[in-house]
Amino acid sequence: MVLVIVLIVLIVGSVLFHFLSPWYLTPIASNWGMIDDTLTITFIVCGFVFVAINAFMVYAIYKYRYRKDRRAEYEPENKKLEWWLTAFTTVGVIAMLAPGLFVWAKYVEVPEDAMLVEAIGQQWNWTYRYPGADGVLGTVDTRNINGTNPFGLDLDDPNGQDDILVSGPEVHLPIGGPVKMLLRSKDVLHDFYVPQIRAKMDLVPGMITYFWFTPTKNGEYDVLCAELCGSGHYNMRSRMVVEDENDFQAWLQTQPTFAQMLAGAGSTSGGSLIEQGEQLARNQGCIACHSLDGSAGVGPTWKGLVGKNEILVDGSSVLVDDDYLKESIVNPNAKLVKGYAPIMPPAQLTEDQLDALMAYLKSASG
Amino acid sequence: MALTDVTHDAQDFVPPAEVAEEELYHPKTWLGKYVFSQDAKIIALQYSITAMGVGLLALVLSVLMRVQLAWPGAVSFITPDAYIQFVTMHGMIMVIYLLTALFLGGFGNYLIPLMVGARDMVFPYVNMISYWIYLLAVLILLASFFTPGGPTGSGWTLYPPQAILPGTPGSGWGITLMCISLGIFVVGFTMGGLNYVVTVLQARARGMTLMRMPLTVWAIFTATILALLAFPALLVSAIMMSLDNLLGTSYFMPAIISLGQQLDHSGGSPVLFQHLFWFFGHPEVYIVALPAFGIVSELLSVHARKNIFGYRLMVWAIVVIGGLSFVVWAHHMYVSGMNPYFGFFFATTTLIIAVPTAIKVYNWVLTLWRGNIRLTVPMLFAIGFVFTFINGGLTGIFLGNVIVDVPLSDTYFVVAHFHMVMAVSPILAVFGAVYHWYPKITGRMLNDGMGKFHFWVTFVGLYCIYYPMHYLGIMGVPRRYFANEGSNGLPDWIPESAQMVNVGITIAAILVASTQLVFLYNLYHSATRGKPSGGNPWGATTLEWQTADTPPTHGNFGKELPSVYRWAYDYSVPGAEEDFIPQNVPASKKTGQAT
Repeated sequence: MVLVIVLIVLIVGSVLFHFLSPWYLTPIASNWGMIDDTLTITFIVCGFVFVAINAFMVYAIYKYRYRKDRRAEYEPENKKLEWWLTAFTTVGVIAMLAPGLFVWAKYVEVPEDAMLVEAIGQQWNWTYRYPGADGVLGTVDTRNINGTNPFGLDLDDPNGQDDILVSGPEVHLPIGGPVKMLLRSKDVLHDFYVPQIRAKMDLVPGMITYFWFTPTKNGEYDVLCAELCGSGHYNMRSRMVVEDENDFQAWLQTQPTFAQMLAGAGSTSGGSLIEQGEQLARNQGCIACHSLDGSAGVGPTWKGLVGKNEILVDGSSVLVDDDYLKESIVNPNAKLVKGYAPIMPPAQLTEDQLDALMAYLKSASG
Repeated sequence: MALTDVTHDAQDFVPPAEVAEEELYHPKTWLGKYVFSQDAKIIALQYSITAMGVGLLALVLSVLMRVQLAWPGAVSFITPDAYIQFVTMHGMIMVIYLLTALFLGGFGNYLIPLMVGARDMVFPYVNMISYWIYLLAVLILLASFFTPGGPTGSGWTLYPPQAILPGTPGSGWGITLMCISLGIFVVGFTMGGLNYVVTVLQARARGMTLMRMPLTVWAIFTATILALLAFPALLVSAIMMSLDNLLGTSYFMPAIISLGQQLDHSGGSPVLFQHLFWFFGHPEVYIVALPAFGIVSELLSVHARKNIFGYRLMVWAIVVIGGLSFVVWAHHMYVSGMNPYFGFFFATTTLIIAVPTAIKVYNWVLTLWRGNIRLTVPMLFAIGFVFTFINGGLTGIFLGNVIVDVPLSDTYFVVAHFHMVMAVSPILAVFGAVYHWYPKITGRMLNDGMGKFHFWVTFVGLYCIYYPMHYLGIMGVPRRYFANEGSNGLPDWIPESAQMVNVGITIAAILVASTQLVFLYNLYHSATRGKPSGGNPWGATTLEWQTADTPPTHGNFGKELPSVYRWAYDYSVPGAEEDFIPQNVPASKKTGQAT
């Protein structure tokens, strides 16, 4: 009868765990409360079935435990019972599917007045684009992407000139209005994922995907990548800031348009050289691969890096000095450290930016 | 209305043989008998031992992953790259090279001929080749561990573009060898699979009508048909991706700028690969689950001393689930960027599958009702299967219902769900089956004490691993993460206490994994020192327990093939002397039944 007791403990324990555990949905920050409601309905129906069937099974195991003098009943089938069970299951399934499809119909219909924001994924950081004053996003093509045009906008498309480009680690959204997130990937699959807004969607290279939501709570939220995208997947982060309309507009004004960016404005702004370098390291996604605390990463950690002797893939050794660091930022595969894959993209930086980054790297090296 | 003609009353009439028996090829050397054997029983053992060997490697990989998740950075050789390589190889080995090979190549080979009353598979030579090709596929897979860059780290789903781009480990040799190995596996499997299907259709003993077959045979038969239809989709996607990778075609590759480099591809669709992969991948779930369903039906009936409840509906449920499994694939792709209107169709088909699946669960539980339940080790595992399958099946409803899937997809909820439903429950069925049929394979019983210890740690341990994991997923913790704490620290919604869950899960995982050594020792120890079992230790009705010799010799049934007079589940027939009547006992013999 150990089995009976253990099964009862597991059933009761599962139910208690559900109600007592501190690990449950994050507080919602979007209009998708209906998703939580369908989840709750599913939990109620499935929880009932889980307890009912298992309790019945435990009762049967106890009541009909082996006795030498007993014989099992011979009952090949019972059509009436089977019919009832099928009908009962069908009703339960409809009770979960109907509200689910109802909410899905809202999920696929984007409100017409939704504000457009584009999230662009690449290994392993996020950038963003807003349509600018004309409300229209300029056309893009992966083939247009290069050092001076990292977003791949079409230079001849007038709609693109006023597009606001955000290379920083933050995307800001005004509270209360629907947002249509357009998703674009430069390289592999990614997934724009903020648990608090519930909705998510993959980024697929070669196509534009989308989903929509209305932010309902001011605050800062971590943006994660939810679709495996290679070595730095776990580190592909960004921040989503939801704020009042005025704050949002004020922030938006500080971001460069495409035209400004082509003119060379709006690169690193203000702060000491080290602060500028830190911002660059975040914007360029350096720290997705290079840790600052000495922990293992996709690339060598920056902690204690300067002055170290590294063994290269060809077996020779090199002293990590200014020249080596600069070369490795601009041309990463020239002298590759042993044990690391040749996967770092060459950074497209101006001399000033390179100096800022070097300053930050040295301060991080300690 | 009858679903089809089936009668539970035994009949005396057995149709005469249409063709004379053919003499089997008999090996003359030791090598021919035990290595290059054409005997399905030996091939079954070869498949099983190879599958379990490579499965042990996958088990070790899973422990390494758990160690990293519980104590990040504690083991220096688990780098971010190594971690996703472990994730990938663990998944692929467990799904394809362990479970598929074990259920179809192992149990299929051993049980189909014995249970339908055949001397062997109909194409023994092809059957032998099938195993050796499988072994080659395994070796090529293992070889990828020793290539520059190591095995592929693209996840078991191998999604392009990342599978073949340098930002993913093993994007050179690793993914190439993976595609080759899968291709070879499919070729080998097709040879075995055709054998199983033709044997069931053509080589059944006289009187063994389709509706008298044990559910194990029905389930493996249906699973094999699924595999024959689904694996070609995997084969073509592996070939197309290899062409993209090696010859620069663009089936799955759009214009891409990879790590600063413009690539020469254009116009391909990564989503196309996902459709092809899941057109294979979803039936694959049932290729693993259906044999477990069949085996568990067998175990519950035998050890509860009661007929399986609702046999006809059980057969139809297997067939309907098999059919529906081909029209639900895109429920793996709700947030893949495919046309969102597909969601309506696939959510509906997916939830329809819940109905026949639920019927199977009801009928298992109703088989126990008014039985005379012997809690033998196989029975314990069978009940463990039902318990974990109910759990895993129900969480499938969450993920199948498109809108509920949106917040849960790509989180640990998915990991917990699919492990519960297609790892925990099938492996419990596998263990139950091994304890059940081991006496037939070796003539000796497995040690009961070790068996019970194995059951308790494995069953309770696995449940403790995967049940709490669902709640990490509901909270939002994403899967396939080397560490939750990135260079920007822990996401602020993950409480420190979540790490406690991870540590607890890892400790349970280490316990469960090391307990499998007891099982292996039991297999080894009991083969020579176990209690002799006799031919039919459980008092079972099906033909494999009625052989002249135990273990059965080449040709299975001695001089004369059995004739079948009744269905497979005549347990506790009122008035019969014993509480079971084997399938080959005619009605006219003294069974207490009206003739």
